[in-house]
Amino acid sequence: MYRYSEFDDAFVRARVAEFRDQVNRRINGSLTEEEFKPLRLKNGLYLQLHAYMLRVAIPYGTLDSRQMHQLAHIAEVWDKGYGHFTTRQNIQFNWPKLADVPDMLEALADVSMHAIQTSGNCIRNVTADHFAGAADDEIEDPRPTAELLRQWSTDHPEFQYLPRKFKIAVSGSPNDRAVTRAHDIGIRAVRGKGDETGYEILVGGGLGRTPMIGKVIRSFLPKDDLLPYMEAILRVYNLSGRRDNKYKARIKILVHETGLDELKDQIETEFTARRRVFPGVNQRLLESLNAHFAPPEFVDAESSEYELRRTRDPLFRTWCDTNLNRHRDPNLAIVTISLKPVAGTPGDATADQMRTIADLAKSFAHDEIRVSHEQNIILPHVPKAFLPRIHDRLKRSGLATANIGLISDIIACPGMDYCALATARSIPIAQEISQRFDELRLERKIGPLKIKISGCINACGHHHVGHIGILGLDRAGVENYQITLGGDATETAAIGKRPGPGFSAEELIPALERLLDAYLTIRLSGNETFLQCYRRLGDQPFKTALYPDSARKAA
Amino acid sequence: MARRFTPKIITTNDLLEGDVIYLTADGSWTRRFSDAKLFLEQAEAEAALARIETRQDIHVGAYLADAETGIDGRPQPVHFREQFRATGPSNYFHGKQAETGDVQVQ
Amino acid sequence: MNRIVRDDGFHPDDLEHGEFLTLERLEAGVEAPVLLQLEPDADPSDLPRHFAWISGIRIHFPNFTDGRGFSLAARLRQLGYGGRLGAFGHLIADQYSQARRSGFDEVVINELMAARQPESQWLAKSGWRQRSYQAHILRSA
Repeated sequence: MYRYSEFDDAFVRARVAEFRDQVNRRINGSLTEEEFKPLRLKNGLYLQLHAYMLRVAIPYGTLDSRQMHQLAHIAEVWDKGYGHFTTRQNIQFNWPKLADVPDMLEALADVSMHAIQTSGNCIRNVTADHFAGAADDEIEDPRPTAELLRQWSTDHPEFQYLPRKFKIAVSGSPNDRAVTRAHDIGIRAVRGKGDETGYEILVGGGLGRTPMIGKVIRSFLPKDDLLPYMEAILRVYNLSGRRDNKYKARIKILVHETGLDELKDQIETEFTARRRVFPGVNQRLLESLNAHFAPPEFVDAESSEYELRRTRDPLFRTWCDTNLNRHRDPNLAIVTISLKPVAGTPGDATADQMRTIADLAKSFAHDEIRVSHEQNIILPHVPKAFLPRIHDRLKRSGLATANIGLISDIIACPGMDYCALATARSIPIAQEISQRFDELRLERKIGPLKIKISGCINACGHHHVGHIGILGLDRAGVENYQITLGGDATETAAIGKRPGPGFSAEELIPALERLLDAYLTIRLSGNETFLQCYRRLGDQPFKTALYPDSARKAA
Repeated sequence: MARRFTPKIITTNDLLEGDVIYLTADGSWTRRFSDAKLFLEQAEAEAALARIETRQDIHVGAYLADAETGIDGRPQPVHFREQFRATGPSNYFHGKQAETGDVQVQ
Repeated sequence: MNRIVRDDGFHPDDLEHGEFLTLERLEAGVEAPVLLQLEPDADPSDLPRHFAWISGIRIHFPNFTDGRGFSLAARLRQLGYGGRLGAFGHLIADQYSQARRSGFDEVVINELMAARQPESQWLAKSGWRQRSYQAHILRSA
């Protein structure tokens, strides 16, 4: 884990003091709301439907028990006793009061945390693979790179007033768990000819109104060149990105309108010039960051307790089958703690649940916790021997839902229950889906399935890359839900396609039932996933299932 | 022919608390939709909005929202977004639906 | 009357009556040192051959949320411009540090802004050298 230097600590504390001053200057009239808004956004503070909302950064999704305890404390003191983990590995508090926010930021600074650049038209909190440092397929841990980018992008003087927000994701594995292809910049560790590691750089991915898959702009960038190359991309974007229309202001539109080759030429020219005056950092700095993320010392623990419990306890076995991933050390497992109980709010955790997770991490899992973009919590380093005890404890806290990767493991944005931008609600839809398919006892039969729900076209719920995507819209004053099929967030990324018109909230669940019934009927075997089946057959059979009336008319 | 004017209320969020407030007939603010002043004339609604928009020290982002008269004779929301703002989120009993009493702000 | 903001506070604008040329006018040729005003979409790549004739440059910020001026300033410094460089238009005190770290020497504000955000609010940002992650990274490397 990264430990703050004196510089980091002084920086975040100065930033809290600055924000406290900005709040006072907003109240005394020195700052207009127009001027205050970008300043508060850069400090994570939104004004939502019912209240202010504070979005706290969890850089590259990594935190420890002390930090998780502090989040629980903040939830209880200044909020309503819970927090919402988001698709950008952040946590949001839904009910703060303006005057309390500087105190909340102070409490975050006490545990080396902040809310800097979690919103606004700047480089946002850098995200990374939530299995970083534990996955068995990893070329390198992406977090030293992500931490370097955090430092470099924090209050970068040139890039605080970009045409639009700018998101960077880093992956260290060939299997992409960080959705790098749907980011403004995606960075993937790759091996060069001489087996040295470098980066593949993707640019212009993004969801929202105009979903696009990122394009490779450099297939191999030496590690030393990362920062000047980032500065070159950002500078070209800052100077040339559109500022006349916020829906055309992301870099994906610049890539699209300028053309990848032309833009690449501009970036390379800027890079050559930039590298002369800003050489960036050398391997030495990255090495020192690497040391922060050195894996804990794993001990060979007796795991017979785990084997025994597996054979005797079917609930435990089911949970292990869905919620564990292979660790690079065979004595350990990666545990995903589901924040998707049946009929619950995806991504929400109470203060008590946060404390439970923190205590488990501290006692049994090398004091490391991760937040995934799929709105779950990960214990990345768990000796298998401790799994039975962890499962027991999770069960008592309502955290033992065995559904990772299944139909009820839904990503959902807050939607119109909280968000001022939303056009419809997302949370009740997620709740109904998980409840209905639990009643039908179909979850395991359906198998791996990613449902992602957004409450507006901005696509915070990643609906475009859901195997089944759901987009909530306002159709003449009524909530209406559009379905997309065949999306994929991984290294084989794809944007889902819309099979036909949307459904009212009442029609939606029956439509999904018809869709999944059809899948169960037409799949080759229990091993063919929904996505594989869709790719094999195209959307016709699914269309027929979704719209039986129009299929009948056509016949 | 000009379209018939849908009656409006004026709503915004309180600067310090962040919660939803509505303009009342006597020019003060209420936290209850049903206590808001219902504007039946477009010109009057727009003039009132222009007047209160200058009060950045009180609120953030005032706008006109469609409303109608309920069976109790008091204003009620037309669009579902205003219904949610007037009550609170649907996943927890939080927000206005959980608040009792008729708290007035200055 | 405009104010020039520097690290030590407000100053009268000594260039208030100066004649600022546009980039097109400069490129048409000049015979004595001149002042130059740049819009944020200016392309400065040919500017270095005129540097000897430029006694000062001001970059326009049409709105404080339009950050092109910061990159333009950084690009001018990268091209080797070592002369006086100011930002004018709509900038707020909270941007002073970013302006300085992007290469500006000073920010020019109008009387209304100087009244709404008095000198003390700008002086509060004068410690911009202390807290730069970018400088910190270069020091660590």
